[in-house]
Order: sequence, then C-alpha cells, then structure tokens
Amino acid sequence: MNISQVLKSPFRWPWRINISRRVQDRLAIFLFLLPSFVIFLLFIIYPIIRAAYFSMFNWNGMGPATIFVGVDNFKQILTDHVFIKSIENCLLIVVLSLAVQLPLAMMLAIMVGRELPGRAFFRAVFFMPYVLSEVITAIIWLGLFSADPERGFINALLILIPGVQAQNFLGDINQVMGCIFIVLTWKYFGLHMLLYMAGLQNIPREIEEAAMIDGANRWQTVRRVTIPLLGSTIRTTILLSVLGSLTQFNLVWIMTRGGPVNASEVMSTYMYRYAFIRFQLGYGSAVALVMLAVCLIFSIMYLRLSRQPDYLGGV
Amino acid sequence: MAIARAQKRNTTKKMLPRFFQYLVLSITTLIVLVPIVIMVFGALKTRGEMFSHPYTPPIPAHWENFATILKAPSFWLMLRNSLIVMVGSTGGVLIVCSLASFIFARMQFRGKDLAFNFLTLGLMFPITVAIMPVYLVIRQMNLIDSFLAVILVQTAFGISQNILILRGFFTSIPMELQDASYIDGCSPFGFFWRIMLPLARPALAAIGALTMIVSWNDLLTPLVLLNSEKLWTLPLGTMQFQGQYSSDLALTAAFVTLTALPAILFYLFFERQIVSGLTAGALKG
Repeated sequence: MNISQVLKSPFRWPWRINISRRVQDRLAIFLFLLPSFVIFLLFIIYPIIRAAYFSMFNWNGMGPATIFVGVDNFKQILTDHVFIKSIENCLLIVVLSLAVQLPLAMMLAIMVGRELPGRAFFRAVFFMPYVLSEVITAIIWLGLFSADPERGFINALLILIPGVQAQNFLGDINQVMGCIFIVLTWKYFGLHMLLYMAGLQNIPREIEEAAMIDGANRWQTVRRVTIPLLGSTIRTTILLSVLGSLTQFNLVWIMTRGGPVNASEVMSTYMYRYAFIRFQLGYGSAVALVMLAVCLIFSIMYLRLSRQPDYLGGV
Repeated sequence: MAIARAQKRNTTKKMLPRFFQYLVLSITTLIVLVPIVIMVFGALKTRGEMFSHPYTPPIPAHWENFATILKAPSFWLMLRNSLIVMVGSTGGVLIVCSLASFIFARMQFRGKDLAFNFLTLGLMFPITVAIMPVYLVIRQMNLIDSFLAVILVQTAFGISQNILILRGFFTSIPMELQDASYIDGCSPFGFFWRIMLPLARPALAAIGALTMIVSWNDLLTPLVLLNSEKLWTLPLGTMQFQGQYSSDLALTAAFVTLTALPAILFYLFFERQIVSGLTAGALKG
C-alpha cells in the first residue's frame, strides 16, 4: 500500500478534536498494554503467587486448604531421594546437551556453511524433527527402542553385529537416560543448527578470509574467529537448551513415565505425578516452586554471563 | 607442468574435505529420516505384516489403516479441536503482542524499561514449570475443560518471546513515517493500524507460524486443563491412542503418520516464516 495514499484518509477518532496529542498518547499506551498485562498477570504471575500460598498446605484439592504445614513440603521434597534423583537426571541432560548436542549442531552448521551445494536440503531435513510434536517423537522412538528385535529397529541392527545381544534400552535403569538423551538430540539438534547457521550468515565473510590470508588454517579460523563471533547465538542456544533440559516432560512421560524404578524421573514428571495423579496439590505446588527457583537461578546466571562483549556489535 | 600439478593437488585437497562433509551430512540425514520412514512404512502394512517383516518397505501398500482412522469420527473431532485451539492462540498472541510491541518500540513513557522487562520475565521459565500453578487458577476461575482456558494459557506463555521479536521489527521501521503520519493528523491507533501492521506483515507471519506450531504440538496444557474426551486435541488423543492400541503397531503408526502430516506439510509451505521467526527470537534475545 502506498503510504501517501494511506495518509490522505487519516483514521479519526470521533472525539479527536477535543483531546490533545499528549492525552491521546497516554490513552494509547494504556489501552495497548492492557491486554498483555492482564493476561500475563492473570495466567503467569498470579498463579505463581497462588502456588506459593498452597505450597504451605497439605491439600488434596477438595474444599479449602486448611492443614497448614509451613515449609514441611519443601523439607520433604529436598530430602526425597526420588526428587534428588530427578534433579540429577535433569542436570545429566543439561550437561550432555551442552557437551554433545550443541557442539554437534555447531559442527554440522559450520560444515553446511554458507554455500555448500544442497545447503537448503540439509537444513530442511535436519530441522524436520523439531516440527513434529514431542508426542509423535516419543511414540516413534518407543518403537525403535523396543527390547524385542522383531519390533525395535535398533535392536534389529544391533544383533546383526556378532556377539552383541539385544538391549533392554528403556527398560534398563542404566540405559534409559542415555536413550532419552538420544531422542532429545534427534529432535532438537536441528533447531540449534538452524540458529547457528543464521548466526554464521551474520558474520561477514571478509573477516574469515582475512584470517585465512594471515595464515590461519581452517581449524584455527573456526576456533579463533568464527566461534567467538557466534558468541551471542551460542549464549542463546545455551539458555534454550538448559531451560528445555530442566523442564522436559512430554518425551519422558510418554516413553517411560519416569521408570523403570524412577531411573528416568525428571523434575516435571515428579511434579506431574504428585499434582495430577496423586492429587496432592499442596505438595505439587511446592515442587513447581522448586522447579521455578532452579530455572530462575540458571536464567540469572545466564544474564550475568551474557553481559560479555558482543564482538559482532562492533563490526 | 608444475602449475598443473599444483592445481591438481589443490583440487584433491579441496575434494577430500568436501567428500568428508557430504559423508557426515548424509549419515546424519539417514539418522533423521530413518525413524520417520519406518513409521510411514509401518502405517502402510497390515497387522500381520508388521509382525512378520517389520522393517521392509510396504509392497503392496495397504491403506486400510488410514481408512479405519479417517472413518472414525473421533479423529475429525480432535482435528477440529486442535484447529480451534491453534487459531485462538495464534490470534491471541498476534493481537496482544503486536499492540504491546508497538508501544515498546514507538512510545516514550516513564517506567517503559521496567514494563518491558516485566513482560519478558516469561523467557526465564517454560510453561512446564508453571502448569501446576496455572491449573489452580484456571480451576478457581471455573474454566477447567474449556478451549478458552487452553487458548488463554498458551497466549500468556507466548507473550514474552513474541513481544521481544516484534519489538525488534517495529523498531526497525523508520521514525519519519510516524512523524509524517502524525503531522497529517493520524492518531496513534491509526498509525499502528494503517502503517505499522501492513509494514510488519512478514514479522507477523513469522510469529504467527511459530505460535501455530507451538500450539499445535502442545501436550501439557490440554492434558492438564481438559478432561472430557470430546475436547481432546490431537497430541492428547495421539497419546491416549497409543496407550489403547499399543498391540496394533500398524494402526498406531498410521495414526501417528496422520497427525504428523499436517505439521510436516505446514513446515514445507511456511519454512521461511518459521525459520525467520526462530532466528529473530534467538538473535535478538
């Protein structure tokens, strides 16, 4: 649409003549921000305050909460070995994601680079699992990881190797977290790769070429030039990855329900079990608050760290 | 001669990493695609074939599984429910976030930074953390078992990220346009409606596409907030279906394939919007 055309027919409030520009602006600020503030306060902030209140009660959701227990719920959570296990599992996923998934995604992004023929194809394929819902992903991998080689493709491949037997995978307390991590990587490495590729687009090619001319080899260029310039993208992917790992629910719930014997319990499945299966809403609220605290600690640490200089800002 | 040899060495030196690159990328492509392909193969087999040779291509293809599912009214009901929720949430996010982002990009007032930081607090924790508290409040409001509850909650959790993305786009629209429109007697709303929104259409498409995917795939919000089966959305229904028909692998595979199809088609058509939305969020965040 042509701008001048639009401006020839200005939109007029009926009362426009009587109110000054200043008042009009104030009114717009108020009205435009109203919906977001109302929804945000009502469905994010207020619930957390309510949960903080109920976390001090022993409450099953029926009738008003009357049995005040103070901080007992929190004491119980932090001494429950299942919850400790769930935090350990979450941290395990965080560490594996940062140590394996993100470097893998970055390696692939650098490999596809800016002009490799077939770039668009690889990007489209690698990103596809991200678009599938976690429910679908979980069901697909539930089949692949089946302990029976007649049903599970991975075991069918494994027993082709001489001397290797079919594994229990999701039914084995030592393998289950590894399996879940593989599924998480399958689903999410494409997202991180996509973000790195976008970050690479923003790095002027001349900088890398200059490094090459100065005698740096490919590896040195990547390590000393490309990765530092990707700084802000890397920090973003770290935050996404950490928060996602800490609060993963769908995949774990559908694939294992936290089992076998709590071996794959994560904080969110623990919360879901107490709040929505055993219906201990007071205890569940307390778990939600502990999860919130863990997330906030990580986010605040991230904000501190992300104040590092952004090299590309000066380019 | 020497030059020719040097050139030849140079090309082999270039060809080798190229070959290695394609090798790694092809293996990764296989790892990504094989699980999906096995599922689609399974969907096209009969129950018996699924047991006798589970991993071979389905020749001849059997479409009965799809027919069974498409004939059942529950599938169409869930599809409809998912669409209602998706349209509601996407509309909600677009309206609420474009209004707020416009103010943050264009207006000056005291406490602006504070207000902005407050609304982007949601970036610090995903919906999983707050679903339990949200459930308490939705119950208190008597909104349990309604689409409105799911839509409002999904909208609320879309606010932080999308305001951040949209504010960036709105800020990049030249200030002169605003001055010009004001001189010509345009109100703030008129400027927003007639100039900002049309110019920000690519950005709106990007966050719209992203919100649609997030809403379409969301399991936890409907799982917690919806009880009656007639309100179930597709992810919820898929989960229940898998539990119910876990012995009929072919039928489950067909169901999963059918529910995956809309997402994949949507992705193939709107890849550009999805990618630009995601990267804008990440690079500015």
